[in-house]
Amino acid sequence: MTDIRDRIRNIIAEQAMLEPDQVTDDSSPADLGIDSLGLVESIFALEEEFDITIPFNANEPEKSEFDISSMGSIIAAVEKLVAEKA
Amino acid sequence: MSPKKTADEAAAPATKPANGLRRVVITGMGTVNALGLDVPKTLEAFREGRSGISQLNFRDVDRLTIQIGAQIHDWQPETWFNRQQILLYDKFTQFTLLAAKEAVEQSGLDFQGELGLSAGVVLGTAGGGLNTWDENYRVVYEEGKNRVHPFVVPKLMNNAAASHVSMEYGLRGPSFTVATACASSNHAMGLAFQMVRSGAAKVMLSGGSEAMLCFGGVKAWEGLRVMSRDACRPFSANRNGMVQGEGAGVFVFEDYEHARARGAEILAEVVGFAMSSDAQDIVMPSAQGAERAITGAMRDAALNPEDIGYINAHGTGTAANDKTECAAVAHAFGHHADQLMMSSTKSMHGHVIGGTGAIELLACVMALRDGIIAPTIGYEEPDPECALDVVPNTAREAKVTAVLSNAFAFGGLNAVIALRKV
Repeated sequence: MTDIRDRIRNIIAEQAMLEPDQVTDDSSPADLGIDSLGLVESIFALEEEFDITIPFNANEPEKSEFDISSMGSIIAAVEKLVAEKA
Repeated sequence: MSPKKTADEAAAPATKPANGLRRVVITGMGTVNALGLDVPKTLEAFREGRSGISQLNFRDVDRLTIQIGAQIHDWQPETWFNRQQILLYDKFTQFTLLAAKEAVEQSGLDFQGELGLSAGVVLGTAGGGLNTWDENYRVVYEEGKNRVHPFVVPKLMNNAAASHVSMEYGLRGPSFTVATACASSNHAMGLAFQMVRSGAAKVMLSGGSEAMLCFGGVKAWEGLRVMSRDACRPFSANRNGMVQGEGAGVFVFEDYEHARARGAEILAEVVGFAMSSDAQDIVMPSAQGAERAITGAMRDAALNPEDIGYINAHGTGTAANDKTECAAVAHAFGHHADQLMMSSTKSMHGHVIGGTGAIELLACVMALRDGIIAPTIGYEEPDPECALDVVPNTAREAKVTAVLSNAFAFGGLNAVIALRKV
């Protein structure tokens, strides 16, 4: 699963205009300087990369089944969706 | 050859008001939307707090995540137009022409003579002939055909509706189309108001139209993840996004003296308009930008905050818009914010994007004329960030003498109109 983890990190790093190693598991999208539109863009990029559908509504991010509170939770949620697809 | 003096010219007052500005009144209105194919049915739905939102029904809808919208399900163009017209009119033009017919008939105006030379039409739309784009992209990309119908361009162009209205009624003065996303029809009506007020035109038809409920139209909106999957609940703490609608609204704006001279029924007076730009973000709204348009409209109308009894909100039902709009109103009105009513009729007719302000102005006229405030339906939980009287769920009787209609577009373009009882 490290492969998935690296691919996610690369996508988020590109969106945040940071180096992948600066994207740590405990950082939130806001910590990385990703605003609401950047978040929607990141989620689209993750969907395209892994051919998954991420349930996310920008109006109630905290209520979405997809937890975006930190990089760690995003990675876990994407891994789960990828596993469900397989 | 000396031009003959027409009845219109003879009826005009000998002198202009001291400041050169003319008073502007509404003498006709028309609409087509999911609540009804005319004004009486729409106002009835406003009074009853009825929703026009339902399961969407069009080609490939099963491939959409968003399945609801305020769609006009019983739209049968052959009822209103002949075969040749249907070939030439995109749905957004069809909606406009039907709304314009109702408005012009109510006004009783005839533009065939001299009046047509000082009459025009300014309409708003965001997507224009989006169904035409969608259908013909399918033809060339999906079906692989190499030929399209010769009317594709005249059907899809954003000015098609304005042009057909001008042709239908012989409006030979200023006509054009405004595209400012969700504020398009407010910008259009504001400009029409300014043209009549300045004397550049005696009569202007104005409003807007949108027909974006097709596969490509809704799919594009899905991408932003701001649409609700279940309901439009403006200002409610559990709101989860906007719901799109379709339709048109058209008004007749007329020089007050002209309307009086011919004994026309005056529905309301248009007294102020202001525009502002956030200059900030392409999708996130700004309370300061909204507030500047609100206070600007009141200043333009020479109204004080205490004069305003009702605001038809932009109220999209998104997390961001509703709290920003409430903050703007609270700041613009100070203590009076607790006295005024503000509702979002998008909860009933959906967000009609470039046509929405025109349909919403009907609720403003209803408030002034009938003393009935249209409700915000779908309201379930108070939100401390939207702590205004949003007229939840049930219409209310109230005497108001001046109202505002807000529109705040993506791209940070704001347009607010002020009306007064006559």
